[in-house]
Amino acid sequence: MADLMPQFVVNWVNWGMGVFYSLPEWVQYLTITTWKILFVLIAVILIVAFSTYFERKVIGSMQARVGPNRVGPLGLGQPFADVIKLLIKEVVVPAKSSRFLFVIAPLLSLIPALATWAVIPLNDWYVIADINAGLLYVLALTSVGVYGVILAGWATNSKYALLGAMRSAAQIVAYEIAMGFALVGVLMAGGSLNLGEIVRAQEGGFSQWFLLPLFPLFVVYWVSGVAETNRAPFDVAEGESEIVAGFHVEYSGVAFAIFFLAEYANMVLISTLTAIFFLGGWASPFEGLAFLAPLAGIPVIGLLVTGGLHWLFIKMCIFMYTFFWFRATFPRYRYDQIMRLGWKVFIPVTIVWIAVEGVMAWFQVGPWAGLGG
Amino acid sequence: MFQSVLFYLFALILLGAACGVVFSRNPVHSVMFLVLTFFQSAVLWLMAEAEFLAIVLVLVYVGAVMVLFLFVVMMLEVKIEAAKRGLTRYAPLGIGIALLMVFELVQLIWLRGQGFSGTSGFAATPEGYSNTKALGAVLYTEHVYAFEIAAVILLLAIIAAITLTMRKRPGLKVQDIGAQVSVRAKDRVRIVKMDAEKKQ
Repeated sequence: MADLMPQFVVNWVNWGMGVFYSLPEWVQYLTITTWKILFVLIAVILIVAFSTYFERKVIGSMQARVGPNRVGPLGLGQPFADVIKLLIKEVVVPAKSSRFLFVIAPLLSLIPALATWAVIPLNDWYVIADINAGLLYVLALTSVGVYGVILAGWATNSKYALLGAMRSAAQIVAYEIAMGFALVGVLMAGGSLNLGEIVRAQEGGFSQWFLLPLFPLFVVYWVSGVAETNRAPFDVAEGESEIVAGFHVEYSGVAFAIFFLAEYANMVLISTLTAIFFLGGWASPFEGLAFLAPLAGIPVIGLLVTGGLHWLFIKMCIFMYTFFWFRATFPRYRYDQIMRLGWKVFIPVTIVWIAVEGVMAWFQVGPWAGLGG
Repeated sequence: MFQSVLFYLFALILLGAACGVVFSRNPVHSVMFLVLTFFQSAVLWLMAEAEFLAIVLVLVYVGAVMVLFLFVVMMLEVKIEAAKRGLTRYAPLGIGIALLMVFELVQLIWLRGQGFSGTSGFAATPEGYSNTKALGAVLYTEHVYAFEIAAVILLLAIIAAITLTMRKRPGLKVQDIGAQVSVRAKDRVRIVKMDAEKKQ
């Protein structure tokens, strides 16, 4: 590689490295972490931008329409056109609103959605903060996200917004419990709260994923995730047909754009988390198959067998697609049905499955054999 | 040095937020100040390397308890005048309780501080130490009875709260979910085949 580059480039790189390593250690650490954060942030925002485009394309084709096709080739410029439109619109603050809370509410819903990425391992080594209590951190931050919605509903000083906020608060509190219990099952199987360790416990191909032994918990986690992000069919917080637009009815321009960004960032987050907890994160499904092992050395096909960021991305895309699919397929749930599903179906299912896991660990069966001791 | 600067900064925010809970006139603002207070205490716990307790504080209090608080407070009608009168009326009692707590804390710190010398702070944690694991190991072995009794008391409180608030009114219409689910289309809709009518 080095002899392909002209001499002065090599000199420059060496000089740069020398300067970097001569800096104090905390400056080096700060620089590297800042770049890591920037990379994840930009990647998430780009994924969000294009998932709005794909959502419209997917739903469009499901409803036999074309979807966006005017801006740029195949309409790919549509997300940027939308963002620019929202940025140059006026932000209207209602006269009798609580101004400070009205402004900070969108930020409160966006910050947890982005901050959770700090503990998410993108591959074997790329994680911003490899902390031991990663799973708890994820749970704590996802539960904080509800404040944005509630405060937006209250600060707007509008009945529709308040109704949306109320619905959203009750729904998120209900589904958070089921989500937490489902994750208890995951941490029992993984034997760790560290997300990287949980993924490493699932390495070795499709059969080692928690998807099969924890299938009920997977379903509970995924459906609760859809409910937590306030997406269809659980989008009563917005409920266009009843309460106009719910909690963000008075938001316009940039403030609305931030809510939008937070919702999609949360979707990407839940998709990635589901992939990490149940589908082996960055691990490849074809690991551990002897007849595929020789492929590992080949440049592009080898990626099939070796784990890495690309597998996490593919798994995330599958879940993002199902988000869109749900929205195109299911009618909105009635409010009492949402509550019933959360409290009377999901929570008992998770508790039963945790008990099953405990019994199986006691008798040293399945992936929990190590816990029995 | 850097640590103590951070500590005093966060402690200052914590105290400011706690004062905000008492002095802000709007109950919703009070609740938000309380959320900030909890967050800052979690940060202080993180600085003391009690990351499990810190994250659980955020998860339980900020994520669940305060959401329900906010839920209730938002439903209340905001009466600023009444709240202001309450502040002056309960101030002596509040100050009394605060002084008592300060006295107790000082006693406790003084008692624990005996025989502790130097400014080294906490003992360094060994490599590979997990706060969560250490806590679990103690909680489920040494203190398992206290832990389970606490769990039973909480369960009792839940059941008591539900029985106290559940009213059985006569003539209440409830949905029979079983009946709703078992409905089939042919019970409700009759499709009639008709010949096309001729134009007049």
